[in-house]
Amino acid sequence: MGRLSNRILMKGNEAIAEAAIRAGCRHYFGYPITPQTEISHYMAKRMRDVGGVFVQAESEIAAISMVYGAAGAGARAMTTSSSPGISLKQEGFSYIAGAELPCVVVNVERCGPGLGGILPAQGDYFQATKGGGHGDYRNLVLAPASVQELYELTVDAFALADRYRVLCLILADGTLGQMMEPVLYREDDAPRPATKDWATTGTKGQRPHNVITSIYIDPEILETHNLKLQAKYAEIERNEVRCETVGLEGADIVVTAFGTPARIVKNVVRMAADEGIRVGLIRPITLWPFPTKIVAEAAERESVKAFLSVELNAGQMVEDVRLAVNGRKPVHFHGRMGGMLPTQREILDTIRAIVRGEGGK
Amino acid sequence: MALVYQRTQGLLDVPFHYCPGCTHGIVHKLVAEVLVELGLLDSTVGVSPVGCTYNNYEYFACDMQQAAHGRAPAVATGIKRVLPDATVFTYQGDGDLAAIGTAEIVHAAARGEKITTIFVNNAIYGMTSGQMAPTTLLGQVTTTSPFGRDAATQGYPINVCEMLATLRGAVYVERVSVTSIKGIRAAKKAIRKAFLVQKKGLGFSLVEVLSTCPTNWGKSPVESLQWVDSAMTAQYPLGVFRGADLEVET
Ligand SMILES: Cc1ncc(C[n+]2csc(CCOP(=O)(O)OP(=O)(O)O)c2C)c(N)n1
Ligand code: SF4
Repeated sequence: MGRLSNRILMKGNEAIAEAAIRAGCRHYFGYPITPQTEISHYMAKRMRDVGGVFVQAESEIAAISMVYGAAGAGARAMTTSSSPGISLKQEGFSYIAGAELPCVVVNVERCGPGLGGILPAQGDYFQATKGGGHGDYRNLVLAPASVQELYELTVDAFALADRYRVLCLILADGTLGQMMEPVLYREDDAPRPATKDWATTGTKGQRPHNVITSIYIDPEILETHNLKLQAKYAEIERNEVRCETVGLEGADIVVTAFGTPARIVKNVVRMAADEGIRVGLIRPITLWPFPTKIVAEAAERESVKAFLSVELNAGQMVEDVRLAVNGRKPVHFHGRMGGMLPTQREILDTIRAIVRGEGGK
Repeated sequence: MALVYQRTQGLLDVPFHYCPGCTHGIVHKLVAEVLVELGLLDSTVGVSPVGCTYNNYEYFACDMQQAAHGRAPAVATGIKRVLPDATVFTYQGDGDLAAIGTAEIVHAAARGEKITTIFVNNAIYGMTSGQMAPTTLLGQVTTTSPFGRDAATQGYPINVCEMLATLRGAVYVERVSVTSIKGIRAAKKAIRKAFLVQKKGLGFSLVEVLSTCPTNWGKSPVESLQWVDSAMTAQYPLGVFRGADLEVET
């Protein structure tokens, strides 16, 4: 860490850790995995300074179960991991959704499938946004694209998790976790709910016992519980969509991208403009809820000829783009895998091909 | 008239759903009585397992969390680290603790988590209708060892107390049974000691209770008690495996 005037030069992973502490997280449970180990290193030191708890769990399954227990006891709890570890946490995700426990999880993605590789990727979009665990549930998924945003979205994640009693997942890629950029700490921290009167903190003889559970054997009660969850998810969809848009006015081509690819695309927008091709960018910041309306409105624009989704995977978010565009315009895809990043030039080439009517896929 | 006995305040006034002759109910009662007698009930958070006792949160009068299969010790770790002054216990069957949750129990014990585990060993998976458990005896017939557990292909029973007693963080480990009045008294004493170990912050404590499952064993309640005393205690000897000389009553 170094200082730049009032900004601090930080690694992405450190920014996540410091943001969590500043948001009032005092309980962190982790299991080592590249490329996010710096979060655990940071927490192991910092938690002692702030009187918090750092536990190195025996597995990611145990770590998320510890988060379940800690969140159920009313604490702001967090675990972080990378793709293979996040797969193991899916059991906990489902139970946490069912029991409506607020908590924060970070996935600094690497490549798959399997052990894959340790370089950046976005192959976990489906897992993050469509489930991955069993049952009908949603996680609120935030996708930062800079170290500053890693910091801010981590702080926000704790407030969002508490407000809706959901798991808030930060989906970053290895590039963001490893890069260094200046960070400005925000003054406002994450507002807390007035009480967590549902938490299991001991009855103190003052109230009937509280129960944290996700099991409802009676089908009518379980359907009612599910309907309540769905109503909550609908409210999140109404209130919490976040998205950055660049140059949609008069755009010929709209590119959709999140995280690191969105940064590359911003440069491509300028390069294309030099050749007279107007490229707009839609960068979802919430992957769930997905900015469906914003994409749909862009599809209505007369100037827009086509969409192009640029991702570090084989084509995952592009499915949500297609659903939102709903056949109104062609939707193309450009992706790289295995830890490879698309160059500005190759994205520009794809855009040129689309303009010529040759299209991507 | 003087009141000489009443339902413990540690249990809510709800009928148990357990089968006739099942000893889960006795173990619940002992845990609840101890928590009340030690004045800990109001500051206790229990963790329910996956198994026949998945919903014992409906019975215990303290705060409760229901955990995923085998994860109760990790959930309890999370709770205890947030509420270091609370009493935190897990209640787990042998499938939950000794199969799917082996890593969680071993590491909670190794870390010396200041929690108490009540481990109910009935040598079978009760809830899912009588499959072989890690604790099933050699030769024991279950729905997935229909010819009797065969060591050649199905391995050997796990003695959980003996295994955990090798860990320094597990400061008190005892195995009891509840097949007689004398046994029930001894079991209660062990459970009391386990909670006192936690109260004193000494480390991890576990009481294994040999328990019956007449339904899946295909035995009458009385035969079941006899089978615990003969066959089960031969494989799982009663006794203190760690912390015999720990003095916690003062
Ligand atoms: C992940 C998962 N796997 C399997 C099950 C099914 N299941 C429910 S209870 C149980 C066995 C419980 O046996 P035990 O721990 O011995 O408790 P008992 O019912 O005998 O008291 C199993 C395998 C489940 N609920 N979750
Ligand atoms: S199935 Fe077995 S363990 Fe379960 S309640 Fe019945 S007797 Fe008890």
